Amino acid sequence: MAWAAAAGVLDPEVPVLTIEDLGVLRDVIVDERGGVMVTITPTYSGCPAMDAIREDVEEAVRGAGFDHVEVRTVLSPAWTTDWMTESGREALAAFGIAPPPAAGPPGGPVLVQLSVRCPQCGSARTREASRFGSTACKSMWVCEDCREPFDHFKAHR
Amino acid sequence: MAERLPLAIYAMRLGDDALVLSHRLGEWVTNAPQLEEDVALGNIALDLLGQARTLLSYAGEVEGTGRSEDDLAYLRDERDFANVHLVELANGDFAVSMARQLAFSTYQLALYDRLQSSTDETLAAVAAKAVKEVDYHRDHATQWVLRLGDGTDESHRRMQAGLAHVWPYVDELFVTDDVEQSLAGDGVAVDASTLRASWDEYVDGVLAQATLERPEGPRTPPGGGRRGIHTEAMGYLLAEMQSLHRAHPGATW
Repeated sequence: MAWAAAAGVLDPEVPVLTIEDLGVLRDVIVDERGGVMVTITPTYSGCPAMDAIREDVEEAVRGAGFDHVEVRTVLSPAWTTDWMTESGREALAAFGIAPPPAAGPPGGPVLVQLSVRCPQCGSARTREASRFGSTACKSMWVCEDCREPFDHFKAHR
Repeated sequence: MAERLPLAIYAMRLGDDALVLSHRLGEWVTNAPQLEEDVALGNIALDLLGQARTLLSYAGEVEGTGRSEDDLAYLRDERDFANVHLVELANGDFAVSMARQLAFSTYQLALYDRLQSSTDETLAAVAAKAVKEVDYHRDHATQWVLRLGDGTDESHRRMQAGLAHVWPYVDELFVTDDVEQSLAGDGVAVDASTLRASWDEYVDGVLAQATLERPEGPRTPPGGGRRGIHTEAMGYLLAEMQSLHRAHPGATW
């Protein structure tokens, strides 16, 4: 129950993704006295959303009936977009943000991304407009077919 | 005051490099040659600021004086900052800043790549996280140096001048001392002098491809930044960075 409460918290910068979808939620432990320890990890070192996420997690877990909640941040192992869930990828695409490429099977060949598909019209004829975007995790792209600009949640491995 | 612990000194050096360069890059926001660059340099600054926050918090924790990341960033005086001169220099034109980005990110990438295997858990974690970010920073700088160097006569001239401007400050990146050496002996720190060969190899490759000449001496003697001796630019930078916090201690929003 504590996990479900924490897992439902939305990323404040991409509010269609839960922190579970994003891979930011690492662990939730409930001790025998009902105290909850939630472990989160930042996407990028300077991610400004971490403070908001910490507060939201505390509030959500308290709201689920746990009075003692502690949220700790760990850096290791370092976050990667390979931790993003499949439902997270789908939510991103539906929101108009091209998701990062899915991770291949462990130990399998590394998949090379040849193009980013336009989340509006599905075309693969797209080009990168800027390697940096409105948040650390995104880059800016333009579709050559529908001419729409869009964000891409870039691969981070 | 008791003798300061080498680990606290080392973490503060790395943190100060990141903090001061982050501030300089932040100055580009609204001033860059194109909107995308405002965004790019703002993002790079944010990555560096994140690294600085963890490193300075850790330095405060290790030294055991109860100083927080804010105390260290906003309430130290110039002589107590241990960053290299390269990161504090005024931005200059865009080419100067890109020359600095190439020099610094190449150094930082080599450093963090090795620091990932530090025997100190926190330093290893900071490095493992940051190494992916800095790889992206180096690529950004590389793209610009290529584009400006192998661009028009004017962009080539200014990129070459930008390199000449930052070149005297490069050697300081690779100066080591007793603090670093003793930590490196225990596998905690990286001996900066051992990073030079890979730096030369990468930067020389970029310069050749960009049709730029590697600047030659005369070089100024390496720095003093690690010992708190700074250039004239540093005082002005701190005045701006610290004024709000000093005027309104503890202000948050």
